[in-house]
Amino acid sequence: MLVLLGVLLVVAGFAVGLNPLLVVLASALATGLAAGLSPLEVLAAFGKAFNENRYVSAAWLILPVIGVLERSGLQEAARGLIGRLRGVTFARLMLAYLFFRQATAALGLTSIAGQTQTIRPIIAPMAEAARAAETGAPALEPAETQKVRAFAAGTDNIGLFFGEDIFLAIGSILLMVGFLDQNGITVEPLHLSVWAIPTAIAAFLVHGARILLFGRRRTRP
Amino acid sequence: MIGLSQVYALAGLVFAGFAVMSLRDAANPRRRRNALFWGLFALSFLAGDHLGDLGNGVLVLAMALAAALGLGRSGTSADDAEARAASARTHGLRLFLPALLVPVIVLAGSLGVRHGGAIAAALVDPKQATLVSLSLAALVVAALSVRLFRQPVLAPLTEGLRLADTVGWMALLPQMLAALGAVFALAGVGTVVGETVTRVFPMDTRLAAVAVYCLGMAGFTVLMGNAFAAFPVMTAGVALPVLVKVYGGDPAAICAIGMLSGFCGTLLTPLAANFNLAPAALLDLDDRFAVIRAQAPTAVVLLLVNTVLMHVLAFPAHP
Repeated sequence: MLVLLGVLLVVAGFAVGLNPLLVVLASALATGLAAGLSPLEVLAAFGKAFNENRYVSAAWLILPVIGVLERSGLQEAARGLIGRLRGVTFARLMLAYLFFRQATAALGLTSIAGQTQTIRPIIAPMAEAARAAETGAPALEPAETQKVRAFAAGTDNIGLFFGEDIFLAIGSILLMVGFLDQNGITVEPLHLSVWAIPTAIAAFLVHGARILLFGRRRTRP
Repeated sequence: MIGLSQVYALAGLVFAGFAVMSLRDAANPRRRRNALFWGLFALSFLAGDHLGDLGNGVLVLAMALAAALGLGRSGTSADDAEARAASARTHGLRLFLPALLVPVIVLAGSLGVRHGGAIAAALVDPKQATLVSLSLAALVVAALSVRLFRQPVLAPLTEGLRLADTVGWMALLPQMLAALGAVFALAGVGTVVGETVTRVFPMDTRLAAVAVYCLGMAGFTVLMGNAFAAFPVMTAGVALPVLVKVYGGDPAAICAIGMLSGFCGTLLTPLAANFNLAPAALLDLDDRFAVIRAQAPTAVVLLLVNTVLMHVLAFPAHP
């Protein structure tokens, strides 16, 4: 039971708002000590795992190209596009993006869009511009801007999560096939991915409804 | 063969570039600390395999401390905004072409390696095809954009650093959480949580067992930050012995919907930092948890939907 101390530390540390990096270090130390490792052994185990997980941070390789495009005016061009395309409301834009993200993820194309490469330079500015046009104001209130951006980021995650499991060769499907195989149950990847479809449809309906509600919301009473 | 080591070398060089640019960034009052942070990041990517486990541990400790002390950020001037608007007027829709070229290269690269036969497989590690394509796309499109839009040669580094400064210490968190997950696994945290869940909650009806599995997958994912860590424990503890053996459920439907219940947990947890916290930093949001708050209603409703779907769809023999 003592090993759960690390989990509690993480939950408490994140909840009180301590710096997450220090919380993670403290949690790793507590967990390792509870499991009978010495502090140096914990540090080595953490260092080894950190080194093995470098691919997680390799995703930041996309920053330079997005930076150059932003400096060239991509965000401004995305905002301007909304002004030219009549009929593109906030709700229609987000619904189309949700569908696009779910459909492409279902085909295994999870890396063709994302928070850094799509949401920040293109979708969030378009969503802000569309929302501003609807409210009639030249620019959004800062609080509303933040809400719109967070909603756009969440829409990307939801589209990705509830699309990708329809693809046969995605990591989670392979994990399930391997795990069931170890337990003496043979399952075809196709059978697992078929059962992801009802939830995918539900995700589109539920989040789609929230998009429509968000779009109808008035910023000022 | 091009694989992870080449991608890591490229990332290491880019991060080293961030370190140098940070040091020269007169507008950033904490430029030395930023340079140290990105310099250590570069060291990890360029030489991590030669540092030894303890060496890597010391490295990550130093990075975390430097970042926790607070990294600086260079300011942006109003001139930049005007220049961007002017550039947007000049180049118009052409600005979207490079942005679209990135996914096209990723797509062509990963499909090409997957279906390109022996030559492609000898050239690029098939397991890393997507990451290699993404790195190639990042490199090629950055160079192309500099040329097309007449940007300074160093713009990829200075502008990449501007974005990296926006993300700040959050850039390190996803990798640190992945490492924490490994320490949790080493200490057997998952097994203890799984045993506790199965012991504490009653599963004497089918619906109760379905609810324990779906909500357990989500709750466990919230605690561990990763549905993949929750899945083996909860499935071995609840799904196989109870839902499949006792109630005769279809293992494929149960596992698939169980995993998606875990994904609802991923939408709710700050421990899934790369999905939930890093975007908040990248979008300059004041509230660190703003993306989680935006996702929460959808996640909670979908979790209930998943529970109902499993109860209705996964037990064909017992309607």
